[in-house]
Amino acid sequence: MNSDPLTGDDAVAILPTLVYSGRESLPLEQCLTIHRLMVRARVMEERMIKMSKSGLGHFWIGGPGEEAFNVALGLQIRRGQGPRYDYLHLHYRNSALMLALGMPVIESIRQMAMTATDSHSLGRNFVGHFCKREWNVIPVTSVIEVQYAMAPGTALMQKRLPDSEGVTVVLGGEAGTAEGDFASCLIWSTLPGREVPVLIVVTNNGYGISTPACSVHSERHVVDRGIPFGVPGEVVDGNDPIRAWHAVERGLMHCRATRTPFFLEANVSRLFGHSSSSGALRDRTQEDPIERFERILLDEGVDRGHLDQMHEDAHTEVEQAVEQALNEPMPRPEDVERYTYAASRPEIDAVYPDDYTGLPN
Amino acid sequence: MATLVQAVRLALHYGEEHLGVTDVFGEDVGPPLGGVFTATQGLRTAWNSPLDERGIIGMAMGIAYAGGRPVAEIQFCDYGFNVIDLLKVAGNQYWAGAGQYPLPMVVMTPSGSGIRGSLYHSHSFESWASRLPGWKIVMPSNALDAYGLMLSAIEDPNPVLVLLPKALLRVRGEQRLPGEPDDENELKERIDAPVGEARTTWQPRWPKMEPYFVPIGKASTVREGDACTVISYGRTLPLAVQAADELATELGNRAEVIDLRSIFPYDWKCISQSVSKTGRLLIVNEDTEVTNFGEHLLRRVIEHHFYDLLVRPRLLAGKHVPGIGLNQVYEQNTVPQLRHIKQAMSEVILEQA
Repeated sequence: MNSDPLTGDDAVAILPTLVYSGRESLPLEQCLTIHRLMVRARVMEERMIKMSKSGLGHFWIGGPGEEAFNVALGLQIRRGQGPRYDYLHLHYRNSALMLALGMPVIESIRQMAMTATDSHSLGRNFVGHFCKREWNVIPVTSVIEVQYAMAPGTALMQKRLPDSEGVTVVLGGEAGTAEGDFASCLIWSTLPGREVPVLIVVTNNGYGISTPACSVHSERHVVDRGIPFGVPGEVVDGNDPIRAWHAVERGLMHCRATRTPFFLEANVSRLFGHSSSSGALRDRTQEDPIERFERILLDEGVDRGHLDQMHEDAHTEVEQAVEQALNEPMPRPEDVERYTYAASRPEIDAVYPDDYTGLPN
Repeated sequence: MATLVQAVRLALHYGEEHLGVTDVFGEDVGPPLGGVFTATQGLRTAWNSPLDERGIIGMAMGIAYAGGRPVAEIQFCDYGFNVIDLLKVAGNQYWAGAGQYPLPMVVMTPSGSGIRGSLYHSHSFESWASRLPGWKIVMPSNALDAYGLMLSAIEDPNPVLVLLPKALLRVRGEQRLPGEPDDENELKERIDAPVGEARTTWQPRWPKMEPYFVPIGKASTVREGDACTVISYGRTLPLAVQAADELATELGNRAEVIDLRSIFPYDWKCISQSVSKTGRLLIVNEDTEVTNFGEHLLRRVIEHHFYDLLVRPRLLAGKHVPGIGLNQVYEQNTVPQLRHIKQAMSEVILEQA
């Protein structure tokens, strides 16, 4: 097959409408959308790893290996600002989710390049540490697990809104669940009679930096820790976007409809180690969700040329973004203090009615 | 007159009714207790949290992100240490996101010694808190300031920590709060929850309170004088005033006593003008003396007023020991008491220039 399967040419009529994974399926067109997002995220991350190694950035951390789950989740988020929309308490492996929400590639590149145009943090934070208020993306911290302590708070405000289906989604890795904040999330999401709509997600890549999870955790599945709190949940193969899609759909539907929590544990890969601090070398022992998905799509009759084109397009897009970002201005010395304080009023704060201006004078 | 803790309660009530406070919560903050110091009795939005300080601060942040105005209580500041990284994160959220998310949240917590609290109910927190950029930190020493600072804390769109001197919580103010009934017994009857069975059906009858804002970053000169400048706040402030009054009688020298009220931002103008006038400075607080917030003020005074100083400036603070022991011998000899403050003040006043 030589034509683009998305064009609807006669040549694609032979393609199946649905792509199956076990009993679950998604329309082909949707699979191709997912595939394109996964590829864009991967190419972007690989380019940023290169940036970190070539002096165009200082540190890289990200989500190669988690694209399938992240795209499946991102495409089902109700995006917007305020408690009627979904809140996202992310961690630093969610670039594919952000692309699925509609974030342009260049936003991530700018954060990697630490430019003043970095809308997430003004060149302040590590790459992958997103913040986007118009989409309810809470600032990502490197401090592991704190987002789980905050998530019940946004969910509480959502629960109070009548006729709202907005939910809070919190994500982190399995290693962080050893922190007390993870227990806090379970406890505060299930206060008797005051349960809140949080989709608690743990992406399990099996490692905390260098420490195998199995060497420091005894629970069979992290999701089992929801059982004593009455939080329903499931474990999903997070490298399979079709299964991930449906697991996410079940989880989100539960939260939206019942206004109570749901727990999703997604087993995922970590293709370039923890971060640039561990070399960011490709780990060939780990399953690649893109290669796996492409094998399925090829089996279903999708043209190799189409898949290759997606990679090529992504490379072009990412290269253009890098070229543009590198020509953009850097933060200035006077930006150091900027945005320390939100503007107050002189009768409320006599020293800093606006922003911080250095030590009191 | 209202006590300091009643003033806090009245401010929170005003905040609920007029300033958009959505949640007042923490351990034992809701009914039936209304706070271990009664600061939250009868409040419409008060609720009991699990015994989890990290959860409390995380919840407050989440509420604030989503448009609420939370006032969270850490029951004793001694229990705030396990959440110091979350406090740090709360302080950096506006900066981290380049101005996207203001975080209008108030945390209040009793601080300092004076209730025979021994090792784990006597700690001070202002020096730790002063190392949390992005926060504003206030510490009232009387009821009216507690009312006015709490309203400013609620109104400010940034995280504000309100440190309540626990030794002074039951102390009545000398000035009436705007809206407070003239008769303190009437106030008590209206807003203090009864003990025993009657509490289950009790409802407060709130007086019609009026707004009153003490600006954050504004000190109060409690005694004017030119013999020396004394800067204090919290529990040691009334002691400094008493010492100054006694010395004024005994020596005839009047010390200028400044109630700092705000730890950060602090009122540098007030400090600077007073030190320029007196050339003599004593700072008094009860936090442990190594890396004490008062040392920062000393640094600024030395850098800006080195040539204005007539005698060496000094800091009277708590001893650098691991805790305050229960036997009063410990407390009386660990954190500044009236006699220590008076002694230090007279030395600063009398030292030959």
